[in-house]
Amino acid sequence: MKLFSQLIRLRTAWLCAWLLCGFVALPASASSAGEGESGMPDVKEIVLGHMSDAYEWHITTWNGHHLSIPLPVIVQGADGKWHTFSSARFHHSADGTHEGFFLNEEANGKVYERLADGTEVRPLDLSVTKNVVQIWIVVAIMCAVFISCARWYRNRKPGDKAPGGFVGLVEMFVMSINDDLIRPSVGEKHYRRFAPYLLTVFFFIFITNLLGLLPIFPGGANITGNINITFFLAICTALMVNVFGNREYWKEIFWPPVPAWLKVPVPMMPVIELFGILTKPFALMVRLFANMMGGHAIILALTCVIFITCQINAVIGTSLTFVSAVLMIFMNCLELLVAFIQAYVFTMLSAVFIGLAHPEPHHASKEA
Amino acid sequence: MQSINLPSILTPDLGLLFWMLLAFLVVFFLMVKFGFPIITKMVEERKQFIDESLQKAHEANERLAGIQQEGERLLSEARARQAEILSQAKATGDSIVREARERAQAEGAKLLQEAKSQIEAEKQNALRDIRQTVAELSVAIAEKVVRQKLSGDKQQQQLIERMLDEVR
Repeated sequence: MKLFSQLIRLRTAWLCAWLLCGFVALPASASSAGEGESGMPDVKEIVLGHMSDAYEWHITTWNGHHLSIPLPVIVQGADGKWHTFSSARFHHSADGTHEGFFLNEEANGKVYERLADGTEVRPLDLSVTKNVVQIWIVVAIMCAVFISCARWYRNRKPGDKAPGGFVGLVEMFVMSINDDLIRPSVGEKHYRRFAPYLLTVFFFIFITNLLGLLPIFPGGANITGNINITFFLAICTALMVNVFGNREYWKEIFWPPVPAWLKVPVPMMPVIELFGILTKPFALMVRLFANMMGGHAIILALTCVIFITCQINAVIGTSLTFVSAVLMIFMNCLELLVAFIQAYVFTMLSAVFIGLAHPEPHHASKEA
Repeated sequence: MQSINLPSILTPDLGLLFWMLLAFLVVFFLMVKFGFPIITKMVEERKQFIDESLQKAHEANERLAGIQQEGERLLSEARARQAEILSQAKATGDSIVREARERAQAEGAKLLQEAKSQIEAEKQNALRDIRQTVAELSVAIAEKVVRQKLSGDKQQQQLIERMLDEVR
């Protein structure tokens, strides 16, 4: 609990730093990318820009100078050759083109290749983008935390003293997810097989969500608010559900215990059940994506309120800045909660779906 | 892939999916191999150990209670035995004393009887002696008296002389 309150205090400190950065960067921001026709900041562009993936990790803009970490671009050109170069190269040439590749502003700033005949095509793009780096940071944190905790148990017997401090906290956290979430959701009989996967998913989403709330490096990338990530996680859960589902599960899909007319001439129930296989991961994907994206969008929009109102009038700007700051603190606290809840919900629903894929045979006959 | 109107967070991105797959597989493998199962296994083992220890403590307690009961039972038994032995010993002692007293009494009575009979015999002897002596004396005296009566002075003189002679 102490660590948790420390975490919140740290978050608040980050928030203040972020707000300060915002004020300092105000003139720069007004003159930089996200500027509309009337001199107003283009909120949609700023919000989407901050939530989007990027080929460089933008930290701040200082007097018109972009302070950012360039990341490697790895693309396969139309000629089949692989090109690897730093994303800073795009800024070095006058027209923003390097080896025929350029950032297409009309296509979300993705890397495109301009062929000899002038057509622009999207190459196979395996660049290490901001999101990719953020994912690997999460992987590194998870490894550091859990493997170091697991190593603590080496050379220790079950009869030894229970761990305290950080290892004790991690153990308590892992065991609370394991015992209070996974075990009752999957069921006593099968939960051991799926616990490592579900724990990995939970902590991956949780740590990613928390890092997403940090305003600057090493956090701040919008990972779980990107449909590709939630799609991947939902596919993983769908695989876990359907690959390990038992015979009874498949029998209930293709021959559910309902009156025969619902399945014999027109296979109505089997079709509905088959849709269920698709809708379950789809719901998982959209829920996590929408929740995290929405939270980030609200916080970013509230930040934009400061810049918009300051453009209108100093008095309105100052008063609304105060309101906006209060609301942002509230939203950040709420997002801290949402970061946990969404990881919890994703894991719980995955666990429930896995549990539903292991029905007991007598259970079905009771229903029928 | 050419969904230009959608924001990038809603656009499928093969590169991101590829890296996500790779990163997730790596972290999943590492966690499964070196992470969570070790932690959960250790905690479960600890739980089992605690359960076993509790069970053992219960058993030990029960055994201790049994031992205490057994000890008390033994003690009370020993006390009963002791009391029994003591009373037996007392009875034996009493009987020995009684016997000894009876025997002593009998012995004493016997001795007394013997002494009495001896005394009686001695008395009879003494009486017999006395009676004899008295008879002799009486005879002697009677003799003397008779002699005196029978004679005069002269006779008396003679008697005295004879008696003196006899004494001599």
